[in-house]
Amino acid sequence: MSTLQGNDFEDGNVLGGPFAEIFVHDLTAATGQCRFCGLDGPMAAVHVYTRAPGVVVRCPGCQEVLLRLVSTPRGLELDASGLSHLSWKL
Amino acid sequence: MAVLTPGFHGRPRSEHSLPPGQYEVGDFPVLSAGPTPRVPTETWTLTVTDETGRRHEWSWAEFMKLPQERPTVDLHCVTRWSKFGTSWKGVSLDTLFADVETSAGFVLVGCDGGYTTNLPVSDILGGKAWIVHTYEGAPLAPVHGGPARLLVPHLYLWKSAKWVRSIQLVTQDVPGFWEQLGYHDRGDPWREQRYQGDQ
Amino acid sequence: MTSELLGRTVLSWRVAELVESWPETASARALVLEVPEWPGHRAGQHVDLRLTGPDGYTTERSYSLASPAERSPDGWRLQLVVQRVADGEVSPYLTDVFAAGNLIEVRGPIGGWFVWSPREGGGAPVLLVAGGSGIVPLMSMVRERRFRHDRTPFRLVYSLRTRADQLFADELNRPGSGDGGVETFVLHTREDSPRRPAGRITAADLAAWGWPADFAPRCFVCGPTGFVEEAARLLLSLGHSPDDIKTERFGPSGP
Repeated sequence: MSTLQGNDFEDGNVLGGPFAEIFVHDLTAATGQCRFCGLDGPMAAVHVYTRAPGVVVRCPGCQEVLLRLVSTPRGLELDASGLSHLSWKL
Repeated sequence: MAVLTPGFHGRPRSEHSLPPGQYEVGDFPVLSAGPTPRVPTETWTLTVTDETGRRHEWSWAEFMKLPQERPTVDLHCVTRWSKFGTSWKGVSLDTLFADVETSAGFVLVGCDGGYTTNLPVSDILGGKAWIVHTYEGAPLAPVHGGPARLLVPHLYLWKSAKWVRSIQLVTQDVPGFWEQLGYHDRGDPWREQRYQGDQ
Repeated sequence: MTSELLGRTVLSWRVAELVESWPETASARALVLEVPEWPGHRAGQHVDLRLTGPDGYTTERSYSLASPAERSPDGWRLQLVVQRVADGEVSPYLTDVFAAGNLIEVRGPIGGWFVWSPREGGGAPVLLVAGGSGIVPLMSMVRERRFRHDRTPFRLVYSLRTRADQLFADELNRPGSGDGGVETFVLHTREDSPRRPAGRITAADLAAWGWPADFAPRCFVCGPTGFVEEAARLLLSLGHSPDDIKTERFGPSGP
């Protein structure tokens, strides 16, 4: 673990697990839009930081925070304020 | 009900005295909520702002000329790892607050990259906190918060904000990045204050 | 178990048992986990594994499924491959300690984007570009194609440090078996091979051993972050459309 570089992030392909308790549809398969820069694209391509006290999802364009998820013994806290839009093709 | 995975122990048990729910590590894990900022010391400033808006500011050169201390401390991360006997060099918050007049009870700490954290003023004064720039004798690496980070070892490590740039005194507590999502406003590892509502 | 919510299934943790394993290389082990029920999965998807120590400490890691699920008398069998990372918290347990009969929790299948199935390609050829253990989800695509008797033209460019690190070596190196097979080109970054000196992947490798951009292949790139970024950049420089390139980075989900 000590050889990690600070820019190590995963991509949105990992979101399906942690967000399975919140979104009925697979978040990986959704398209999202960043509120800050307007970039839209597959949620599978976002930058996901999981080595933290929670999951932080950032826009691959402008790096602003799209989503934050924390799981505590009392429940789940989700801040989705960085996403202006999420859509799924069913 | 959790299913035990036989033979899985996580990390080995420690000979040190661990706060509840922690395990010891020998390396220094890098945890990050975003990309590592690259901050040149030429343009670095540290600002302490009191509740009236009065600012105290130091450039890197000025900061390095302040009285320096060399604390050796233990680190406890809320993700459960603890690291013992880490050595640092930096400036005590008592030194930085020497000319600051305040009756505020709380601070909101701001950083390059946008990270914030809040804590009580009483937890950063009285020899309990430093702004550190050197780790184990070498300049603090960017992945660990360099050029300078806050170090408040008696609280969980998420309060020891990396890439610190500002300390704002406030009369009412303002939750920071993780506190907004349910982490504790104070974060004492010995009382296991991980989440809001933990006593 | 899955639960039905508004007519859709919700992912939950299931208990799995290790029923079989074998070494793929000196540092990588294949695991076959058996679950009583499984909704099926698509090639490219992964599962999360959850490990629990005696004091209740838990940790989770993601691993790609290496092949289609196989029916067994007691349920379904899922294959994963775990690469041991020195000083890792989880991978040494899975490669060295986790034994047949032991239980573990599994959640999945996960991932609806980095997937391939025969029907959805529209017949376009497929280019798989693997870096190290990034071969695992791509191998599930190779096996899915064979399992479905599909004839989509597949090419695989597989970057490794040395020959000894190759996963699925027997399967990839066997001669074409009449299904058109998968044309595989292996390159070594740290060892010379007969046709190519040691070195990281280049545009020339992809031009020679991939599909031309005007075939509009669907490209799947998987491996460590640095490899994926470089390979994707090379594909774009060769004229492949960004819409045709899907990537999966094996980042710090943890050893």
